[in-house]
Amino acid sequence: MKAWRRKGARMVAGFEQQEAAVLRGLVSQMEDMLQARAEEAPQDELSELTGIKAGPSTPPDDPVLARLLPDFHRLDPDQPTQEDMDSVAALRSLHEPELLDAKLGVAEVVLQTLGPQGGEVRLSLEQADAWLSAINDVRLALGTALDVNDDMPDELPEDDPRAAHIGVYHWLTYLQESLVQAMTR
Amino acid sequence: MPAADEQTQVEPASDELGAADLPWQTVVWNDPVNLMSYVTYVFQKLFGYSHDHATKLMLDVHHKGKAIVSSGSKDKVEGDVSRLHAAGLWATMQQAS
Repeated sequence: MKAWRRKGARMVAGFEQQEAAVLRGLVSQMEDMLQARAEEAPQDELSELTGIKAGPSTPPDDPVLARLLPDFHRLDPDQPTQEDMDSVAALRSLHEPELLDAKLGVAEVVLQTLGPQGGEVRLSLEQADAWLSAINDVRLALGTALDVNDDMPDELPEDDPRAAHIGVYHWLTYLQESLVQAMTR
Repeated sequence: MPAADEQTQVEPASDELGAADLPWQTVVWNDPVNLMSYVTYVFQKLFGYSHDHATKLMLDVHHKGKAIVSSGSKDKVEGDVSRLHAAGLWATMQQAS
């Protein structure tokens, strides 16, 4: 693909079929992970009665999901206070359902605006914001899985098991950077 | 990006005591994935900051490892952290000391 360009109030880019397949595949995988987490939420009579969903009070064990759904406090790794631990659990339970809904919502915008065959994508500013969030979520997921750090080279040695995937990560970086540039120009 | 809804909450009794009167702070932490341009864009969009102010905060995150990007009541900061999480930034909240 070429860089995103702005045409009036629309962000426009063309996707090859293979590019569309890669992006749709990653977004769908992330949706599945988030959906599985959403289904872990405790069911109780009170939340059914009030319609207010309560999420789990503990962070996901999976590091990718944990990065997508962060804690509200940074706990002291050696001696977290009981107050902080109680608060971090309560805030997660309160806010995680809406965060999952937000992430599932932006993922769905990508899947609805990018067809399986690729082709031209035209986004309103609101849709472009959803794309930015969704691409960022996919980069966070892939970056966590690949253990990306500040000194990551553009290419990894062939014997590195991550070598095949780093190209996709860099392509997503280009996709996001180009969209930010088009939106803020 | 979707903004978090305002939350109506019942404050626990302990929050009526002195320490809870201190304002809360929203902290954004550096991470190796989030793009500098995107982080700047998010600060502008969520908080209405100028490009210069948003850039300064982004550079603080990048070079110093973290920055306090907003402050205020517990409810306000909780909402700010929620919206930053929706945007994929690593944000936490703390009481000003």
